[in-house]
Amino acid sequence: MRRPDEKEKHMIPEIGQFALALALGIALVQSVLPMLGAARGNLLWMRSARSSSIAQLVLIAISFAALMRSFVVSDFTVVNVVENSNSLKPMLFKIAGTWGSHEGSLLLWVLILAAFGAGVAMFGSNIPDALKARTLSVQAWISTGFLSFLLLTSNPFERVFPPPPDGTDLNPLLQDVGLAMHPPLLYFGYVGFSIVFSFAVAALIEGRVDAAWARWVRPWTLAAWMSLTAGIALGSWWAYYELGWGGWWFWDPVENVSFMPWLLGTALLHSAIVTEKRDAFKSWTILLAILTFSLSLLGTFIVRSGLLTSVHAFAVDPARGLYILGLLGISIGGSLALYAWRAPSMEGGGIFAPISREAGLLINNLLLATATGTVLFGTIYPLFMEAVTGEKISVGPPYFNSTFIPMMLPLVVVMGLGPFLSWKRADLKGVYQRLRFVAVLTGLAGLAVWYITQGGPVLAYLSVAIAFWLLFATLREWAFRIRLFDVPFSESVRRARNLPRAAHGMTMAHAGLAVAMFGFIGSSAWKSEEIVFVQPGDVIQIAGFDVRFDGVERVPGPNYLADRGTLVVTRDGESVTVLYPERRSYLVAQSTTTESAIRSTLAGDLYASLARPASEAVADQGAWTLRILYEPLVFFIWLGSVMLVLGGGLSLSDRRLRVGAPRRRPQSGPAVANPAE
Amino acid sequence: MKRAIAALPVLVALIFGAFFLWGLNPNRDPNAIPSVLISQPAPEFDLPAVEGTGVPGLTRADLSGNPEPVVVNVFASWCVPCRAEHAVLTRMVERDGIRLFGINYKDKPKDASAWLEDLGNPYERIGSDLNGRAGIEWGISGVPETFIVAGDGTVLYRYVGPVVGAEAEKQFATALAQARTKNGGES
Repeated sequence: MRRPDEKEKHMIPEIGQFALALALGIALVQSVLPMLGAARGNLLWMRSARSSSIAQLVLIAISFAALMRSFVVSDFTVVNVVENSNSLKPMLFKIAGTWGSHEGSLLLWVLILAAFGAGVAMFGSNIPDALKARTLSVQAWISTGFLSFLLLTSNPFERVFPPPPDGTDLNPLLQDVGLAMHPPLLYFGYVGFSIVFSFAVAALIEGRVDAAWARWVRPWTLAAWMSLTAGIALGSWWAYYELGWGGWWFWDPVENVSFMPWLLGTALLHSAIVTEKRDAFKSWTILLAILTFSLSLLGTFIVRSGLLTSVHAFAVDPARGLYILGLLGISIGGSLALYAWRAPSMEGGGIFAPISREAGLLINNLLLATATGTVLFGTIYPLFMEAVTGEKISVGPPYFNSTFIPMMLPLVVVMGLGPFLSWKRADLKGVYQRLRFVAVLTGLAGLAVWYITQGGPVLAYLSVAIAFWLLFATLREWAFRIRLFDVPFSESVRRARNLPRAAHGMTMAHAGLAVAMFGFIGSSAWKSEEIVFVQPGDVIQIAGFDVRFDGVERVPGPNYLADRGTLVVTRDGESVTVLYPERRSYLVAQSTTTESAIRSTLAGDLYASLARPASEAVADQGAWTLRILYEPLVFFIWLGSVMLVLGGGLSLSDRRLRVGAPRRRPQSGPAVANPAE
Repeated sequence: MKRAIAALPVLVALIFGAFFLWGLNPNRDPNAIPSVLISQPAPEFDLPAVEGTGVPGLTRADLSGNPEPVVVNVFASWCVPCRAEHAVLTRMVERDGIRLFGINYKDKPKDASAWLEDLGNPYERIGSDLNGRAGIEWGISGVPETFIVAGDGTVLYRYVGPVVGAEAEKQFATALAQARTKNGGES
């Protein structure tokens, strides 16, 4: 690689910083001009939002590229690079280092914010001028807040002279492909809800929310929700494979703050359907849109302020915390005050019977919102307790499991039922007839699981049955729509092709949740675990496998030294696999990580990780602490997550939502068998 | 009624905001674990010297009857942050004239003496806590940990983790200065 000469080395970070400052200037103009234009009916002012949104995106992208370049060429005159990179690091992680720090990740944050603004500016041609202008103005308020935060408190381009010879390296735990992709996806989701928030605030200012509004907002909500789903799943995947704790969810505050917007975003996706189809739930949908993004902001705040203790928060800085809290106060407080002022004048929409699609979605929303509240309460509770009583406590998985799961199970039951219900008033008898078969099938599947597993917690069997119920009901509903087995197969295929993509999307996503549930339940209820001291030659038995420990050898890596253990796995005398768990010592960052070795199959994961024994006396005899886990069905968690994201994607590609596509005319295709219409 | 309900979210948000503002108080450390030993007499223990160092061992009696507060540091040669902390402690001994006692936690004497030979020895006395018994008495949660003990043997302050970095060193120095004035005031 060519070494950059001194002159260019000295300019590019400044260009990045300058571009940020320019973006802030543009955001300030965009905060005011289109909003005024919309109030006065000045089309030119309103339309200025388009070019300024795009200009913001271009400038922030330049800034981001400048920072990324500093990481790629290891420009150690930039403090951020010194603190988060090292010349020995593999290229992929040098690039990922761009968003590995507080400053860099915040830059990514505003980049995505600008991308969503520019997205609406460029592709939202079907949105009326006034609403679009107001939405983009609101988006620019958020942009102004965070750009100024970045420039005033967290300049990513700060220099250091003379430059140190090498950097201190990114936290080795973070050097993982899954994790390199996790923040961008998570942020895409988090920040994606900003545009939904802006739409909601614009609608409140305008004082009008209708079915069309819900339709304009839907693709953006879906896109944000999909990324958030993928981001959370990737993060969980990372915890599972990288942290070596043998679990995929820990109810850590930082996990919770990404999970809460997801829960509420899911509620929003569903309530917006009611607003779109039935012109009801309007002020509720608006409130959800505001709260979903508020929770995203809260996440940003908690992760960066050192408010709560967590395994993966950023470095503590009260000054930054105060600034974000100010931003939060203005955006959340302001939008909710606006809501308190304008929402009461919103007209309620269509009425519906207690048993109807609307009612089903209402239950969905109530349960999801309550579950969000529960998680929020559990996450913040230690802070409340400390403030009120001075006592320090921590809220752990038992609380979340015992409050969250009982709410999710009824939700999943209703999820199976909901799509069978028609709008306004559902015919319970007809639904019963259609679902009779599903109920029988669910019972049989539950019995089969009971027969195979021979023992386990009652809650696990109940949950398995409910997951089967969701899976079968979802498939039954899909089969019903295309009249599978009722009409010739070719006719069913034709119907499937004519079915709106959103319907396929729903089937895919709901089935995905059922699939993921099998993974959740299997790996928590039927997990086996052994923690033992081993000497070379020892054999451990777990879940029908024989695992022989063949000792540990030292092997070098690119920027670490590893102690690699060898485990020969056999089953009934037949060789299955050889596992190589490692302990890696990173030389520069002076820390060690656990690389667990995993053999994944559909049936379950055999998971091994190695640790130095706590007692030095034992360690001297060549003994190691070995942790072996067998977690059934974990693969289904990832499969289900992929299905959720694909379902969102299918729904997003629906003609009705396709940005720029003309609305489908009713006569352009044959009527689709839809019990709901 | 409708208005009151619509105003509810903003009220809840304001209450949350107030708690967050309180939580940002810079003197609050969410990771701090309060020690039950604070303001209590230091626990009883009697540790032999670390073989091969020539530094005397440490007992409870060494912590009483001192004219000045002393610092008790729990360390081990296998603990990587201790290596970084060692430099800070050495500087405090040389520059600020603190009296530093060590508890060598679950460490082989051979390793500990090699470590001290390598880095230098700032400790006045070192007790070898091979089986971790004294560590339990002191209620330590990991290595390193550092305590400030008043001249009369009362535990005044506990720092969990290495005293390394500007923020940590400032916190520790403040605690030490407070301990010194307090000690002077009482005696």
